[in-house]
Amino acid sequence: MTSAPRSAEAGPGQIAGYDPGAYYCEMMGRADAPALHTEPIRRQLDALSMDDLKQRAQAAERELYNLGITFTLYSGATSIDRILPFDVVPRVLSPSDWTTIETGVVQRITALNLFLQDVYGAQTVLKDGIVPAELVLGNPNYRPEMHGLPVTHGTYVHICGIDIVRDEAGRFLVLEDNARCPSGVSYVVENRRMMLRAFPDLAKGVSLRAVGDYGPRLQEAMMEVAAPGLDDPQVVLLSPGVYNAAYFEHVFLAREMGVPLVEGQDLLVDEDDRVYMKTTAGRARVDVIYRRINDDFLDPEAFRPDSMLGVPGLLRAFRAGKLTLANAVGTGVADDKAIYAYMPRIIKYYLDQDAILSNVETHICREPEGLSYTNDYLEYLVVKPVGEAGGYGITVGPRATREQISDCRKKLLADPAGYISQPMVGLSVCPTLVDNALEPRHVDLRPFAVTGETTWVLPGGLTRVALPRGSIVVNSSQGGGSKDTWVLE
Amino acid sequence: MSDLLARFAESAFWLGRYMERAENLARIIDVNETFAQNRDNPEDWLPIVEINADTERFFAAHAEASVESVVHFYVLDRENPTSIVSAVRTARENARMLRHLLSTEVWGHLNVFFNALEQLRREDLRLSELSRLCIWIKEGCQMHEGIAEGTLYRDQVWCFHEIGKYLERADQTTRLLDIKYHRLLPRPEDVGSALDRGQWNALLRSVAGYHAYRRVHPRGMNPSGVAGFLLFDRAFPRAVTVCASQVLAHVSGLDADYRLAGAQVPAERAQALCGELEAARIDAIVADGLHEYLDALQLKIAGITDAMGHGLFGHAPEPGQEQEQAQA
Repeated sequence: MTSAPRSAEAGPGQIAGYDPGAYYCEMMGRADAPALHTEPIRRQLDALSMDDLKQRAQAAERELYNLGITFTLYSGATSIDRILPFDVVPRVLSPSDWTTIETGVVQRITALNLFLQDVYGAQTVLKDGIVPAELVLGNPNYRPEMHGLPVTHGTYVHICGIDIVRDEAGRFLVLEDNARCPSGVSYVVENRRMMLRAFPDLAKGVSLRAVGDYGPRLQEAMMEVAAPGLDDPQVVLLSPGVYNAAYFEHVFLAREMGVPLVEGQDLLVDEDDRVYMKTTAGRARVDVIYRRINDDFLDPEAFRPDSMLGVPGLLRAFRAGKLTLANAVGTGVADDKAIYAYMPRIIKYYLDQDAILSNVETHICREPEGLSYTNDYLEYLVVKPVGEAGGYGITVGPRATREQISDCRKKLLADPAGYISQPMVGLSVCPTLVDNALEPRHVDLRPFAVTGETTWVLPGGLTRVALPRGSIVVNSSQGGGSKDTWVLE
Repeated sequence: MSDLLARFAESAFWLGRYMERAENLARIIDVNETFAQNRDNPEDWLPIVEINADTERFFAAHAEASVESVVHFYVLDRENPTSIVSAVRTARENARMLRHLLSTEVWGHLNVFFNALEQLRREDLRLSELSRLCIWIKEGCQMHEGIAEGTLYRDQVWCFHEIGKYLERADQTTRLLDIKYHRLLPRPEDVGSALDRGQWNALLRSVAGYHAYRRVHPRGMNPSGVAGFLLFDRAFPRAVTVCASQVLAHVSGLDADYRLAGAQVPAERAQALCGELEAARIDAIVADGLHEYLDALQLKIAGITDAMGHGLFGHAPEPGQEQEQAQA
């Protein structure tokens, strides 16, 4: 592999010494197929001195801190504000790349909603044997309370974030669906604001798809899914409160949507099964709740009785048709890792289409072939427990010790249905400012989609970057940062 | 979105209140530094502890009221809920809750100010630097006032913020005056002396009222003149009477403009306070005991706060219990 085609346009500046190795590079493309659409951006980037780049990067991070675009860690009486580390080199998507992602995401969410409508309704997908019935009905995230209850426009998943990676060949693959309470969209909008302030010159000569209207779009969608016949539906955002790590995002969304940011203590459900918020003028009716509280904690009357965050009676109000919850209760059964493996079949079943975005090749260990393959190639595979979220319980074969492998094998054989396995994907990289150079770091992408009557995808999404060299873990708890994501017109 | 959550009303109220409190604490420490003749004399610093009713908590942590211990207790001590850093932290926590209803600029400044305050260390409280530090804190709070005035949307949030601010300012003016009273009490023979005049002078300067007082009273400086000025002057922005009428205006606005039935009792109490201030005569007050009068004023101010709690913030009525924080 030669670096000649990649550095052809590069000046004497930052890009010259950059080498993404065998991975697909979001800025440079593949060795045999350089990314032409990023050429003007590379030229601008190259024109900046390292000092200038670092200074502006520091100023940008300071500004994020000062504006309180942070997540807060509390311990006792003290609190520490942390920013999500921000890398100043944008991740750039070509118009055709974006079309693939956008149509793929819309297709996937359409299927997810049809699937939920079905499993909480006629259950044909189970009767036809497409998805094993016990996988759905025995799933801890399946909510029998939802069975037979209609939702407006058939939309269960109103807000969805789909985690996408890109392999060595440059193909986009879905890693995970987040159909419960996906977070991170505030960083998409704030990173763009920051980027345009700190690097107005970098976007010179290119035209970017805007991200600023996420809030208004979300608000419109919430109005669309209110119970039919309401004159001027009152939408609120329900947050667990100021001690939640994502509180900034809740503030951000409430502000962008222009709706009250409420906590459980601000709401009550009356004997008429209607939801009210406590205002200075007394009670005011609430029609739609965009909730950032998980199912378990939402309603102590229906779910966990010890929840202090929720509101007793919310499910009652929903059942009476006087409240819309976004996302609906019980969506967790659709983004479960066990169901994920069946998504290509689910898409085919409901839409009679092939999935535009492929899954990462997935072996379903509850099926005999999947189990024996996983057992044979454990050292080369990533093994994930189903029903867990946030990266818990994952064994990365190629990086695991012998003990970890044998431990994993023991658990796998004891409960095959509890696991899936996937090959380790060589995630794409993006030039990232590290100390005094631009170095390749692995990235993923979480596009956000909003569904009311129809689905709209925010152009771009959250690019998370694993900052330690060689790391493929993009989670903020493990050294992950973020980048601005540019979709070119 | 005309409805305001009761919880946010309370947050706005305490945001205004705690920022005003931080400013006035800085003023009190600054003026006391000027009062103190002998910096090692505990008697010079004890009054601050006493007027804030912190004696028990203070002496649980400190053997004596030295300048270092008192200044640290009131500026930097995070464990002390009545310190400046605690006041600004509480203001910021309330602002954080309220953030989607504030201007970005209000939040941004408060965040930067609090972070800078958190960086302060014991060394920064050196006596040689103390006045400068107090000025910096005061200006940080004033910047909040200014940014709020220039950028906050004029809805209920604004009203509650202003009510909190003016109630606190009224309360603090009575406390500032009380410090002087405490110092005067043990040494009546000093009344009218050069030292005494210098202290009244310093008191006026600490509330930025010296030149205004001079304009109104070109001849001489006497205790009842200064006390009357700080309590009743209708043009002086820190005078209790001005603060009370501002409270009345905003509380009445909540009733008239937003039809908040719960604003009626606070409005009645604010109206009564304004009436009493209007009728008061400073010479009679000094003769009867200024300290007692100030105590009574503080109770009336607390009474308005209580009425706000019951009528507007959704608190269960607990007469005489002042709720000190929006979020316990």
